Amino acid sequence: MSPAQWDLPPELCCRPMAFVALTGLDVVYNAVHRAIWDAFCANRRADRVPISFKVLPGDHEYPKCRTKRTSYEWYIPKGILKTGWMNKHLNLVPALVVLFYELDWDEPQWKEKQSECATKVEIVRTSLQGRNTKVAVVLIQKKTPLPPGEDVMASERAAALCNACDLSGKSLFVLPHTDHLVGYIIRLENAFYEHAQTYYYTEIRRVKSHKEFLNKTTHQLLFVRHQFKTAFFSELKQDTQNALKYYRAAYSLIHELRTHETNILEIKTMAGFINYKICRLCFQHNTPLDAIAQFRKHIDLCKKKIGSAELAFEHAAWMSKQFQYFGDLFDEAIKLGLTAIQTQNPGFYYQQAAHYAQERKRLANLGYPAPDPLETPTGILDFYGQRAWRQGHQISTCFKLVSQELIIALLSNAVAQFKKYKCPRMKSRLMVQMGEEYYHTKDYAKALKLLDYVMCDYRTERWWGLLTSILGTALRCSYLMAQVKDYVSYSMELVGRASMLREDQKSRIQKNVAKVLKNEPPEAEPDCDPSAVKAAQALWNERGSQASGEDLILEVQDSVPFVQCKARFLHPSFHLDVPVQLHVFLLTDSPHPVRFSKLCVSLSNQDYNQYCVVDSLGQAPAQEDMCLVPGRTHRYSFRFVARPEDVGKKIEITGVDLMLGSENGRCIFLNWRGGGGDAASSHEALQATRSFKRRGRLPENEVDWDTVSIQASTMIISRVPRISVQLHHEPPALNNEMYCMMVTIQSHEDIVARDLKLTAGLKPGQDANLSHTTHVTLDGSKMCDDSHRALLPDIPMGDLQPQEKMEKPLSIRCSTTGPRIFLVHVAYTVDTCIEGRDIVCKCHKDETVTIETVVPFEVAVKFVSTKFEHLEHVFVDVPFLLMTDILSMSPWPLHLVTSELQLAPTMAAVDQPASQVEEVVLQTGESASECFCLTCPPVHHGTTGVASGQYVMSWKSCCSLINTQLFYLPSFGRVRESLPVKYHIQNRTAIVQEVEMSVEPSDAFMFSGLKQVRLRILPGTEQDMLYNFYPLMAGYQMLPLLNINLLRLPAVSGQLLRRFLPSRIFIKVTFNGPANSGIETSMLATFTFVS
Amino acid sequence: MMTMLGGEPFLLVSKQEQQNYPLYIRSVPSDSELKFHYTVHTSLDVVEEKVSAVGKVIVDQRELYLGLLYPTEDYKVYGYVTNSKVKFVIVVDSSNTSLRDNEIRSMFRKLHNSFTDVMCNPFYNPGDPIQSKVFDSMVSSMMVQTC
Repeated sequence: MSPAQWDLPPELCCRPMAFVALTGLDVVYNAVHRAIWDAFCANRRADRVPISFKVLPGDHEYPKCRTKRTSYEWYIPKGILKTGWMNKHLNLVPALVVLFYELDWDEPQWKEKQSECATKVEIVRTSLQGRNTKVAVVLIQKKTPLPPGEDVMASERAAALCNACDLSGKSLFVLPHTDHLVGYIIRLENAFYEHAQTYYYTEIRRVKSHKEFLNKTTHQLLFVRHQFKTAFFSELKQDTQNALKYYRAAYSLIHELRTHETNILEIKTMAGFINYKICRLCFQHNTPLDAIAQFRKHIDLCKKKIGSAELAFEHAAWMSKQFQYFGDLFDEAIKLGLTAIQTQNPGFYYQQAAHYAQERKRLANLGYPAPDPLETPTGILDFYGQRAWRQGHQISTCFKLVSQELIIALLSNAVAQFKKYKCPRMKSRLMVQMGEEYYHTKDYAKALKLLDYVMCDYRTERWWGLLTSILGTALRCSYLMAQVKDYVSYSMELVGRASMLREDQKSRIQKNVAKVLKNEPPEAEPDCDPSAVKAAQALWNERGSQASGEDLILEVQDSVPFVQCKARFLHPSFHLDVPVQLHVFLLTDSPHPVRFSKLCVSLSNQDYNQYCVVDSLGQAPAQEDMCLVPGRTHRYSFRFVARPEDVGKKIEITGVDLMLGSENGRCIFLNWRGGGGDAASSHEALQATRSFKRRGRLPENEVDWDTVSIQASTMIISRVPRISVQLHHEPPALNNEMYCMMVTIQSHEDIVARDLKLTAGLKPGQDANLSHTTHVTLDGSKMCDDSHRALLPDIPMGDLQPQEKMEKPLSIRCSTTGPRIFLVHVAYTVDTCIEGRDIVCKCHKDETVTIETVVPFEVAVKFVSTKFEHLEHVFVDVPFLLMTDILSMSPWPLHLVTSELQLAPTMAAVDQPASQVEEVVLQTGESASECFCLTCPPVHHGTTGVASGQYVMSWKSCCSLINTQLFYLPSFGRVRESLPVKYHIQNRTAIVQEVEMSVEPSDAFMFSGLKQVRLRILPGTEQDMLYNFYPLMAGYQMLPLLNINLLRLPAVSGQLLRRFLPSRIFIKVTFNGPANSGIETSMLATFTFVS
Repeated sequence: MMTMLGGEPFLLVSKQEQQNYPLYIRSVPSDSELKFHYTVHTSLDVVEEKVSAVGKVIVDQRELYLGLLYPTEDYKVYGYVTNSKVKFVIVVDSSNTSLRDNEIRSMFRKLHNSFTDVMCNPFYNPGDPIQSKVFDSMVSSMMVQTC
């Protein structure tokens, strides 16, 4: 029996289509016929009617119809469904036979042709004796037919032909062989389709009519058969809804059959067929849930129908197929647009199919029955699912092999599905199963590849139980292939702490590793196939003979090996003059001690690697140091002196290598990248930090593994400077002064400090404005200006002997107030010797200081009358006093050197103003005053204020400074105090000007003077108009509007002239006391006429 | 034989640091333990999907019971996630019809209570495998009941 027996017959899986036979076409030699045939069968798109066409010769023998049974009384059916039945109705018995015949209506030899056609029809009819198959005739004509009714001869001859052939008018067609062939063909086939539908309808009726003759006791099989046939005909008729109904009926009937040893296979086979049809139609009707429910029901019903225990494997095979076919149907439906979900996708069915296939293999291995009960004859059986009980050939070996391939194919199908539906763990699990399957088929390389691929998933998920099981299989594979590297790597993990193996197993594996290291073949893994073990031993011996001295490097970072490693620098940074110290901790969790022959650390600067090696050659450490005792943390210390060029650089541990084995055997290097750790260690470290567990006291020289943390890098920093830098100064600094800071450098070195360099000034990285307003110089005798920089870099200072002191004054000028950070950086080099190595150390010392800059003094200026009365405004030509008050704010005594008043042109000194505060020293809080007598010369243009000038003062606390101040003079009036106003009108033209002036009344002022006047002004002369305004309201007030009209120059408007006039004035609230009669406010207006 | 298969492997899985490693796992019968482990491990696919779906749409946050994760041929797998994302999984024989949704739900609730007690133990380090005798006996009694 071949496994193909379980494949569904193709006639079951295809979509049933109406079968129409075409006769009378010579498609080989006749081009016209060929074109017709091509139009029928080529490019059949989905919108064409579902018909399968076949060209048959005119005298084709159709399957004989058996004589109809009139009574079922004595009939006992032998089976459910005959094997040939579906194929017969799909491909052998047509629903319609079409006879093609070349005949035009105006055929001259009409009589002969007509009788020939009738003969051909008769031949077809005869061979279809007893069947309901329809016959139709198509006349192939060369001429395009006339519209119906016009061609009298055509209708006459058509009727005659129908008569002669015994055809109904509906079965005679005309096919003009013209340009529109495809159009005609489509119309023809639609007509054929209708005929076929009728045929299948009558067939369904015929099958149904048998029912009344059946009885329940002897004809149970026929009930199923008839339902199936009805359903199948319905499908041919494209009536899928009814087909589904009949199939469902057939399905429930089949489970009513009595099962016994002889028919159980037949029942299961037919149930499988019908189930397939139902599921397929459900998916087609887009009711996937119905399909799934039907399938579940099918499985639940059939699961227990195992039959004979000896044939259990056959049942498993059948189950496997059921799942596989459902998976295929599901997958196909998805391709057509169905959406599946994570928990309901074809993967589950493929997985289950694989499961049953494995089950079948397992059962078959139990022992195949000696007389093969499954052997079927090469010939075709009469009924589906029946056996021919024969004895004979043994085929079980090939059967097993094929089964294995099948399992893998099913599993990989399932993997693809689960990958699609976001089930990574399911995928991994199936890949493990595939790997195990490959292992069983002895394809160890493929098995190993798959297992290795998924191993890391289980490792990162920390499912150690599952990982152990996978590693076990992988170890067997690598043993059987004699893959040394893989073998050792898996062994190490199986011995390690992640493995759930028992102690004795671990011990066995560790001993095997020891053998491999000695270049001896390891002992076989248990549960291996004995014949494979023999082959493997030969391979191992071969490996042993050829492979001495070969180094194997195992990357252990991503697994969980039996030796753990942590490397750490003792400090995150080391000074250059201190040796760098490094510890490597090793811990093994194997059952037996582990001896290693070399331990080396690789660093980012490889020059240091030579100092970080432990081996048996070098300083010959004690033998027990090279042996790792399980459970004890071993520490190996290394130290080396860093190179001066590494100052400021990071030194990293790039890897740790532990060599197992020896040169005369095999060497295996365990390599940890970085500072050690493995796939499990980070989690363990985290748990350890969380743990509240009290750790037992350990002996002095032992370390608790969990307390060790990895420190894979360290910084080399420069030697600690042994000089002192002191800054002497007296804060705060005063604004703009030359602030002096004394830098004192003293050496505490034992040797000469060479190449001393000083960098001093504003610390970089502060506000950018500060660097523009700060200037530093070494020369304190001159004032700094903007050309000086804020930071003086690398001032060479020469060498400094031990204990020698050096001073350097620094002058700083800050032109804004506020805090500043200043930096003093001293760099030098010394030659030292560390652990016998001479190195040149660069040292530097930084000092920073924050200096506040404050304002030294405040200057206030005021105007007073000659009587020292406070003045708000000054009068033209009236002498007044300018007083300056200088208030010292500095914490230090201020020395005023001199002061000078630089007057603006609008002011004039009454006498020679000399400084009165020269050489005065002001203590904190004291103030000094000066007094200058000034007058204001007459001002021409009417302005409300004038500049008075600059006041320049030189002072020092230890330096000097310039200060400037500006004043403005206001003009104003007072409420209810008369405000004399003079308008000054000047004629600068060469003609006499006639002027009309008027003053408009205002709410804010009363006034006296000429309200409206006309006057003449001679060329070059001027005229003053005097008014006395009397303000009534305070605040900014509009002056009474002065209108001026030039009668000779009407073009010059009053508006233009008004531009020269002040329009507003500020009126102050009056004093309570009597008004100062001596003070006079005047306003001036000047008009200039230019022609 | 049937009752033997009816036993459940119980599993508590920690979600901290996105990890899904077993805190406690127990199965009856013990001969097919590996298979149960695989079943539980693969069921985490569905658990993760459901948990992340809950995160997206804020459903009733107090509903910790995830229901039937997926049916296999022989077992039914149920899931439960605590607010701190510790996952519980119960696998029962699919032929065991006495266990309905409500029974499973109350089993989970019991487990959760017992688990809370374990967490309250100041000597228990969260994330370590559970080695509590009280918890063990509670699980055993529950397994005996369902068999």
